[in-house]
Parts: sequence; structure tokens; C-alpha cells
Amino acid sequence: MIFLTRRATFSASHYYWNEAWSAVENERVFGRCANRNGHGHNYTLEVTVAGEPDPVTGFVVDLKWLKDVMERDVMAAYDHRHLNLEVPEFASTIPTSENIAIAVWQRLEPAVTAAGGAQLSRVRIYETPEIFAEYRGEA
Amino acid sequence: MKAYFGRRYRFSASHRLHSEALSEAENRATYGKCNNPHGHGHNYVVEVLAEGEVDAATGMVVNLATFDEVVRIRIIERFDHVNLNLDPIFTAEVPTTENLCREIFRLLTGTIEPANLAQVRVEETENNFFEYRGEQG
Repeated sequence: MIFLTRRATFSASHYYWNEAWSAVENERVFGRCANRNGHGHNYTLEVTVAGEPDPVTGFVVDLKWLKDVMERDVMAAYDHRHLNLEVPEFASTIPTSENIAIAVWQRLEPAVTAAGGAQLSRVRIYETPEIFAEYRGEA
Repeated sequence: MKAYFGRRYRFSASHRLHSEALSEAENRATYGKCNNPHGHGHNYVVEVLAEGEVDAATGMVVNLATFDEVVRIRIIERFDHVNLNLDPIFTAEVPTTENLCREIFRLLTGTIEPANLAQVRVEETENNFFEYRGEQG
């Protein structure tokens, strides 16, 4: 089994806010992240797929294909957007790094599975170079 | 749903690789310049990976402020700008980065509630790093 990772970057804004809570509670839990005017990050996304190299091409997947899928299914929706206001899955889910990792998995998994050959293995999202979350498809 | 949350921290410390179980010549042969008598230092990077359920109310595996505070108190304040060989942990074992990585894992085990500690990575330089995932990992 070979693990292949493709990295991409995008920039987006977001804020953390739980509608079920008071403003005081949101500010207590989320601090500056609860500022309703939002703030932004340069995100780095790492998508890892796992599989055996094709005996003819030597590829687990074609990296250009993976790049295009990431561009179509993730970057087109997230890059230079306000995640809370412009990305449907974050209308009711707080766009924390954990939830972004899960959402990216859900966006990419159908295309990777349909292509056959490789399985989606891991999605890691860096909010800053020092902070990241990842999702491995676990329940 | 189970997810992972990771955070990178930095500290600077010195160490000398020298085993009391080896002769001077053997230490020299084993550790090379890392055995130089007065030690040397590194800018270490510690990457701490926690695993747990994403809390439905917060969208988080663990609160970042809590996480930072635990690591600051237990790891950074203990190891930043010190000579690792003088820490009580390293009177009985050589402060290689393998051992440092395992000790940091032990010091953080059970402290990042409600998450579980999944992995500790210690980067000694930009070109070498060590990971420990507990005895079962």
C-alpha cells in the first residue's frame, strides 16, 4: 500500500458561533474567534489517498486528476469565500478545523471512490502552520 | 465523529548524548560529536496530536486554549532553555530525541481532556524527527 498526498492552499474567512448560546457564552468559549465580523486564514489542505501502484503507469492515482478533483470539489467552493456565509455545509455547522476536515472528506470521498484504485485515507487541514486538524473517515 | 487535532510548539534546549553503560571510547564511537563534553543545543519542535469526538456544540475535539495551557505548563516550562541532561527524567536515560519524545508522550498522557493523546512528534532539526504513539502504537 502506498500513501500519496497532494497539498493545496486556499484563503477564507470564518467565525465561530453557536446559535443556541448567548453572546456571552459564545465569547467565553470561542474568544476572538467569535467576532461576528469574522477573520481569515491561509489554509493548507493535505489530501492523502492510499492504494497500490498501477502496474502499467506506476501511479496510485494520477496527481493531475487528484489536483483537478480538489480544485473542483473543494477549492472552487472555499477559496476566497466566507465559510459561514457562502459554503452550504457551514450554514449550521461551525467551520472549525475539525469540521472543515470532515467536510472536505465528504466532498472528495465520492469522486475518489468512484474512480476506483485508491481510497481516501486522510484529510489534514492547517489553519496556521502551527494548528491543524485531520479526519480519517472514522465514525 | 472522531477527528484529530494537532498543534506545534517550540522550545530550545541543550543536551549531551552519553551513556554511563558505555566506555569513553564506546560513547565517542556511538554518539560522535553529540558526545562532546559540554553538550550542544537544538530548536526543538513538538507536534502534539490529540484524537476524540468532535463536540456537537463547539465543533472541536479539544479547546485550543486548554490544550496550549497544558502543554505550556507540562512541557514548555519544563524543557525550554534548560540542559536536558539535568532534568530528573534524564538521570536514568540518555536524552536522545527518541527518549525525549516518549517522555513528552508520558507527561501529556491523560492531560488533554476530553481528547486522548494520539501521537507526539519531536523534530530535533528540520531534517530529523521522531514519533511515539504509546506502547500499542
